[in-house]
Amino acid sequence: MSAYAIWVAFSTILVKEIRRFMRIWGQTLLPPAITMSLYFVIFGNLIGSRIGEMGGHDYMEFIVPGLVMMSVITNAYANVVSSFFGMKFQRSVEELLVSPIPYWVVLAGYVAGGVARGLAVGLIVTLLSLGFTHLQIHHVGVTVLTIVLTAILFSLGGFINALLATKFDDIAIVPTFILTPLTYLGGVFYSITLLPPFWQTVSQFNPILYMVNTFRYGILGVSDIDIGGAFVMILGFIAILTATSLYMLKNGKGIRS
Amino acid sequence: MVQALELKALRKTYGSGLEALKGIDLSVRQGDFFALLGPNGAGKSTTLGIVSGLVNKTSGSVKIFGFDMDTHPVDAKSRLGVVPQEFNFNQFEKVFDIVVTQAGYYGIPARIASASAEKYLRKLGLWEKRDSAARLLSGGMKRRLMIARALVHEPALLILDEPTAGVDIELRRSMWEFMNELNAHGTTIILTTHYLEEAEALCRNIAIIDKGVILENTSKKALLGKLNKETYVIDVVTLPEVMPVLPGAEFTVDDEQNLVVTIDASINLNRVFAVLSAHDLVVRSMRTRSNRLEELFVEILGRDAVGSQTS
Ligand SMILES: Nc1ncnc2c1ncn2[C@@H]1O[C@H](COP(=O)(O)OP(=O)(O)OP(=O)(O)O)[C@@H](O)[C@H]1O
Ligand SMILES: [Mg+2]
Repeated sequence: MSAYAIWVAFSTILVKEIRRFMRIWGQTLLPPAITMSLYFVIFGNLIGSRIGEMGGHDYMEFIVPGLVMMSVITNAYANVVSSFFGMKFQRSVEELLVSPIPYWVVLAGYVAGGVARGLAVGLIVTLLSLGFTHLQIHHVGVTVLTIVLTAILFSLGGFINALLATKFDDIAIVPTFILTPLTYLGGVFYSITLLPPFWQTVSQFNPILYMVNTFRYGILGVSDIDIGGAFVMILGFIAILTATSLYMLKNGKGIRS
Repeated sequence: MVQALELKALRKTYGSGLEALKGIDLSVRQGDFFALLGPNGAGKSTTLGIVSGLVNKTSGSVKIFGFDMDTHPVDAKSRLGVVPQEFNFNQFEKVFDIVVTQAGYYGIPARIASASAEKYLRKLGLWEKRDSAARLLSGGMKRRLMIARALVHEPALLILDEPTAGVDIELRRSMWEFMNELNAHGTTIILTTHYLEEAEALCRNIAIIDKGVILENTSKKALLGKLNKETYVIDVVTLPEVMPVLPGAEFTVDDEQNLVVTIDASINLNRVFAVLSAHDLVVRSMRTRSNRLEELFVEILGRDAVGSQTS
């Protein structure tokens, strides 16, 4: 396909994905807004005022970046996994399979859709947080780069999950049993320096810790970990998941019998 | 001239271990109207699925207008339109959006795709339904929606897997007309159907497949020429007590108390009437039973079944 045709095909998927999550906003954009507002009220205001400082910042200020990141991760993942699995379930994935669209464009389109939803929710949560605290962005470049790369990474994860899933239960397993625990243990609510040395070491194996901390560094200028190393790690994961997705698409894993 | 479709030694073994295609060779000429016939489970959809990129082949090769699906997928796929057997669109999307989105996957921008979508939705009588969600369409409309979607990028080869299943007679006739028109304008068409009169009315060339093997692959004319028996259903005023006897003809009575005669092509019909007159049988009306292709089809498949029992 020509570069123009590829662009048309890519934007067809992206626009379709954006239209989808906008159309069902009550299931996609509203729930994180409500949940995160509750977090802000309960942890930030009510409990946070008793906690005092965390990592050299007011507790509310400390958890906002983590909660934004948590929303981006969950929503990027959820968007791709439910949309692509839905296509498989209704067989409309065949519309893609019969067409000459290259696999990498399919992947790019769905990942872009996941990133769009992740960023939309991230923005909504950030705007809501302004009602509770004052945010000053320490390093815009790091902030934006981290959030985009994280959204890409979890969109890729959602895509692979959708390829592997054979029934609706399969798309809930990873978010419930892996993503949520890793996020909660990834330093959203606390600085890992509070943990005993052993658990600090264990936490180092949690990739989400690096994303939350890099993002927090972008906004507040504080981090528990090395920023450069964190970027290398995120990019490494993206490379691995991209290669896996493309390999699976090429072999028709989960989409062709 | 290069063939519109060329399959060589195509094999498919599903994950379950079932060997659905046992090495199929098939060529379809450009501009042809081709029927792939066979009983349920013969391997028709599997064959077309491999051609469409929906099923992984186990071995063999597929070429569309000379472009190998493995090495030149873009050239091959952009010349192909597919109407699958099962509904496969997003039920919640609007009719018009489904067609335009499909065009987008072929790299056709919405501006151009909209005009093409309108053209085909109108031709297929779906324009009034363009803003309905697909799930609100009737079965026949859904099938036509899939045809409009398959044509939006103006493919040179159109594959239709049972396009008229569940479509009423009137509509079926208008779809035949539509397919004939497409074919007359140069689109090569490959069709599967269980309505053999449809294949007889539309197609020039026919392949018959059963249990993953091609049993016949020839022109309709040649195929029908092979038919050396013809069966007539005769409505007589009173049935004979003793069946008439005529060499080369066989008389029976069917469930509706009609006299049925199957005669060799060599026998003259006048001789049948002569025998009937000799028995004082009064003929009210007479018609050929079922369609000729159907008889041949049953005969070919029957022959195969006998063959596989003895082997
Ligand atoms: N996804 C699949 N996995 C396993 N076996 C399959 C699959 N799809 C089809 N088959 C088997 O392959 C054989 C051929 O099926 P196919 O769908 O190609 O038949 P068909 O000729 O299209 O039949 P029909 O006229 O009923 O549509 C059948 O035995 C079927 O059960
Ligand atoms: Mg079939």
